[in-house]
Formats: sequence, structure tokens, C-alpha cells
Amino acid sequence: MGVLRKLRAGKSVLERRPSGAFTVDSQGNLVSSTVPQRVPEALTRQIGWHILAVFKGAAAVRLPFSELRVRYETFDVAAREMRGGAIIFLSPKPAPRPPAAS
Amino acid sequence: MPRGGAKRVVVVARCALCEVVHQPRLASDGALGLMFPSGMAAQNKILLVDDDEQMLELYQTLLEQLPSRPEVQVCNSGARAIAMLESEPFTMLITDLRMPKMDGLQVLAIVRRKFPHLRLVVLTGLLDEEYRSRAYAQGVEMFWQKPGSVEDIQLFQDCIESMLDRPTQTQEGFRGVQSKSLMDIIQLECLSRGSSVLNITHGGLGGKIWIQNGEIIDAATAQMTGEEAFKEILSWKGGNFEILPADPSRARAIHLSYQGLLLDSAQALDESKGPSSSAAADAAGQTSGDAPTGLAALGRFEGVGFLLAIPPDSKAPVDSWRLENSIDVANWVRDTHNRLAQLGESLRAGEFSGAFGFGLQEHWALAAREGKGVFCAGFRPVLSQEQVEQTMKHIFDKWAS
Repeated sequence: MGVLRKLRAGKSVLERRPSGAFTVDSQGNLVSSTVPQRVPEALTRQIGWHILAVFKGAAAVRLPFSELRVRYETFDVAAREMRGGAIIFLSPKPAPRPPAAS
Repeated sequence: MPRGGAKRVVVVARCALCEVVHQPRLASDGALGLMFPSGMAAQNKILLVDDDEQMLELYQTLLEQLPSRPEVQVCNSGARAIAMLESEPFTMLITDLRMPKMDGLQVLAIVRRKFPHLRLVVLTGLLDEEYRSRAYAQGVEMFWQKPGSVEDIQLFQDCIESMLDRPTQTQEGFRGVQSKSLMDIIQLECLSRGSSVLNITHGGLGGKIWIQNGEIIDAATAQMTGEEAFKEILSWKGGNFEILPADPSRARAIHLSYQGLLLDSAQALDESKGPSSSAAADAAGQTSGDAPTGLAALGRFEGVGFLLAIPPDSKAPVDSWRLENSIDVANWVRDTHNRLAQLGESLRAGEFSGAFGFGLQEHWALAAREGKGVFCAGFRPVLSQEQVEQTMKHIFDKWAS
């Protein structure tokens, strides 16, 4: 029993990473979202704010671009600039398969 | 044109060819060109060069009538003119362009180098935009078509008088030859279908390019001759040149057209020394003219537009290749990397692998390696998104290794 309790406790630490898309306006305000409600709005705002800062910073150094892809080990973020705002896609990568037992 | 008298006339002469407004001085009595600076004691000396004896005589008379009463000497060849300039000081040289043996442009090239303070005027029957550009590139102050009417003659006299009246040498203004690439100079020579020898120096090196009737017929530098020498000379990034009289006795060793030759040389230069040949080498002073060899090698990957390597120590200088505003971009790259790494932590997304931006004019990518710093590359938009990601992976791995 003690072992099972420990396993349950360990499982509860694993969180599903956010997935979906949302849009922010040029001020970073959330306009629309398909991101699950369990994902804190503060987190989506933070993502939007960082992405907009990257777009604006690039334009300031004469490297304007319209589409951004950010690769993490287990996650992809894609964003497209939209009239000063942006649409942002959050895509968790599938967990790597364990090596097949021979 | 009446001078003085009851009428007070101000003539503002726009030179038909050089498009500069030359304003003759107006004396207190209203007469044109009669005012002299109080300190002007020395008599101006003008050297007039033209192979046409009648024209020489006519213009000598016209110039001697100027209010400042300059001393006017004449000669009928470029070589003689240079000899005269070497033997005594002159204020101004007025030369024709079309002359046998040594043409006016050749005279100007030599004179500009040897007598930088001499005022130069071209007086010619040639109405050709190209000649005009070339003359101005040689530093002439006025380009005049030979006057065809009394009014033209008057304007010419007024302009010359106005020029003589201006302070010379270093008192005000700048003079010099436009900064042109060797390719520009060669193209100008060939386009004019002229014949000359370009004598080029680059540090301690020297080379010559023979041009005959607008075609490059030979080149020589150090131990090389022909096309090999031509390409070598073209790889020099700076130096001095002078246009010497043609050498018709030179045997033809280059048989390619000048366009083909320049194209070949440009391609060879681009392939072999692209990075260091970058005219846009970092203007921010981080890399100056010498691109780092490591980045230069990476720049040879297909589609790479610029490269930037930022060391972990924020006080250490950045390395860049073909990037004009490297300091600004480096600051943005640092900031972006920090933001995206922070975002990854918030998302518990694991290690940051890289970021890619895609634009209409340029794509870019950035990635980081602990202990090595942040690396950013720009790509030409001809590459697809997948190609950008693949190329970035290659060059980043090479850089990080």
C-alpha cells in the first residue's frame, strides 16, 4: 500500500502541458483562446508578452519577420504576427518512445 | 552683356553641364565680378590645354580679359601641361578632353594626384554624360561645353572669375576623388571605349591593367600576367590608381570581353574571399574589415546572409560576418534568448533548442550552447523554412564544435 501511495503521489506531479492556440492584441491582451481552461491565463499572457517583445525587438534592429518558431526539448511554440498582435500556437511534442525490448 | 553703368544686374549662372549655380560677385557699383578680396595680392595663373591652336588663342584672350587679370599660359598637349605644372605653380588648369596621345581625363588623373590644390576645369566639345561623370570623379570643379554664343562666353568668364576669387587650398571645403571600386573604374574606362593603362597600387603591391579600345588586353602584377593577374588585382580592396597613356605596343594576352572578365573575377572573388570582401563588413567596429575566419567559413553555406556569435561574457566583443548593426542585433539576440529560455522554464518545456524567424526579406535563426554563447544566423529568403532549420543545424554544430 505504501508503494502505491508513493506512485500516486509521483503521478500527480506530472502536468499536461498546454496545447492550443490563442491570439493577443498589440498590447498583449488576450483576445481569443483555444487553450484549455486549466492553463492559467497569466501563463498565456506571459507567453504572448514575450512573443510580442521578440517581434518588436526584431523590427527595431531591422530584422522584421512575420513568423516565429521556437523549439524546446518537449515543446514547440509557433507564432504569426497579426497587425501588431499575434496568433500563438502551443504544441507539446509527443513523449519519446522507450526503446523497444528485444 | 553690359557691365556696370546705370543698370544693376545680378547674374546667377547655372552651368548647363555641371548643374551648379555659379554666382559671380557683385561689386558695390553693381558691376559684375569687380570685387577682389583685400588680401589678394598674388596674380592668378591659369594653364589652358587644348590641341586646337585657334581655340587656345581665343580662350587665352577671353581669360586675360577677366577682371582679376590672370596670367594665362597655354600648351597643346597633356604631357607638356604636366611638365609646365611641375616647373611653376598655377591656380587653375583648364583642359580639353579630346586630345591625341594623352587625353584630358588622363591629364586630370595625373594632375589631381600630383597637384591636389589645383582648380580643375574641363572645357570640351564633348557632350557626353559619361565623360562628365568621369571628369567629376577626377575632381574637376566645372565641366563646360565650349561656349557657342556671346552669352555662353560671358557666363564662362563669370564662372572662371568666380572660381579664381574663391579661397584656395585648405581654407574651406573638401576636394578629392570619389571613392570607387576598381570594378567601377575599369567599367568606366571600358565603357568609354578608350585606351589607357591603369596603374594600381595596393600597399606595397603594384599592378597594371592595359585597356585598348575599351577592351582589357592584359594585366600584370608581381609574377602574374593575363587573367590571373587581373583577378589578383581585382581582389585588392583598396589603394590608389592612376590612368596612364595607352601603350599600343602591348600584346593582347586576355581575350575575354571585359564584361565576361569582370563577371568571372567577381564570381571568383565571391567564392574565394566572399567574407572578407564584404563591403558591408561590420560598421559597428566589432569586426572591422577582417572577418573572423571561423564565421567566414560558415558563411559559405548556401543561403547564409549574416552570422553573429555572442560569447557568454557580456563584456566580451561579439564576432559578426556581413552584419552592419552587430551591436544592436547582438543585444536583441541576447534579450530574445533570455526571454525564450525563461518561457521554456515557465512551460516546463525542457531545454531551449532554437528559434527561427521567417520574414519576406530575411530569415534568421538563433541557438545557444552552454559555455560557448549564443549564435545567430541570417538567411536569404530563397531558402524554405525546412532548409533554414537544416542549414542552421549544420552551421550551429560546426560553430559549437
